[in-house]
Amino acid sequence: MSPVPQQLTPDEIQRRRKRSIAIAMVLAALVLIFYVLTIAKLGPQVLNRPL
Amino acid sequence: MAATPSMTTLSNSAISDRPFVEATTSGGEVADYFALLKPRVMALVIFTALVGMTVTPSHVNPVIGAISLLMIAVGAGASGCLNMWWDADVDAVMTRTRTRPIPAGRIQPGEALSFGLTLSVGSVLVLGLAANWLSAGLLAFTIVFYAVIYSMWLKRSTAQNIVIGGAAGALPPMIGQAVVTGSIGVEGTVLFLIIFIWTPPHFWALALVKAGEYARAGIPMMPNTAGPDSTRRQILAYSVLLAPLGLAPVFLGFGGMIYGLVGLVGGLAMVALSVQVLRRREGEAANKAAMSLFGFSILYLFLLFSALLAEQGLGLFRPVLG
Repeated sequence: MSPVPQQLTPDEIQRRRKRSIAIAMVLAALVLIFYVLTIAKLGPQVLNRPL
Repeated sequence: MAATPSMTTLSNSAISDRPFVEATTSGGEVADYFALLKPRVMALVIFTALVGMTVTPSHVNPVIGAISLLMIAVGAGASGCLNMWWDADVDAVMTRTRTRPIPAGRIQPGEALSFGLTLSVGSVLVLGLAANWLSAGLLAFTIVFYAVIYSMWLKRSTAQNIVIGGAAGALPPMIGQAVVTGSIGVEGTVLFLIIFIWTPPHFWALALVKAGEYARAGIPMMPNTAGPDSTRRQILAYSVLLAPLGLAPVFLGFGGMIYGLVGLVGGLAMVALSVQVLRRREGEAANKAAMSLFGFSILYLFLLFSALLAEQGLGLFRPVLG
């Protein structure tokens, strides 16, 4: 059965917008977590290299 | 092509057709999704896991420790979300839970299932990458144990549901220790046992008061199957077991004077309140005694773990023995 298109109310559109913002923030937090985690795993020696 | 904000597609799934769940509008508030994670349980999990990390005689990089704690909390939240998905029909008939997002119709069951599964897999993977795969395995076990073994199987089939299911709630200190050491140690195991033995008197005190609601929902809690008097005797038995067990950290050397005092006074109070529950069996006095025990049990566990955190984290540890 094919999906049925349905009109969203203004309230539903606003809720969807808030959910989208929340998802974007979670994704940004994940990027930050992986970056910080990588630096923490590598340790301070990552900065100690000949220029 | 630009998206058309006024249009969306809705598809039906078998999951959405679970009984007792009201039809819902398109998607809930962000707060509803957060509520699916049982934030109060998440806070307790963060707290007990942190204590598990703190009492361990070793150290972890604070960044890795913080990310690990976050993932343990997300994993616990995910298991709570899966529990709410599965128990939506039961939640709908109990006053305490009928306003939860799924029975209230604010979030569709299928959405909650997807949300819970995504967070479960994500939290376990990130914990494995951040800390080690033993702690990730323990977190995965906790999620499966709570969502599948407890929620889907034990809860509706045996009066020992919360006794066995309590293992899921007791595991976070052990996971915390595994994050730090990559192994399971005495400290984490003892904290696991304390929460495990604490769970029956805590939940059965509430179940004594809410027995009617559990009966309507078809959940075989101990007061509904073995009767209130047997439940009261078992509450006392578990409290008598819990009081000395609560002092085990003192004898094992990772609980000091503050912990010992809190453990001794708190353990005796648990036994005394359990005796009151056993003695007061009728009317409002019985409910009051049960709710007093329920409320104090939360305080007792909080104080025990706070004492450990203060002693080990703030350097207030003074050994009782030697």
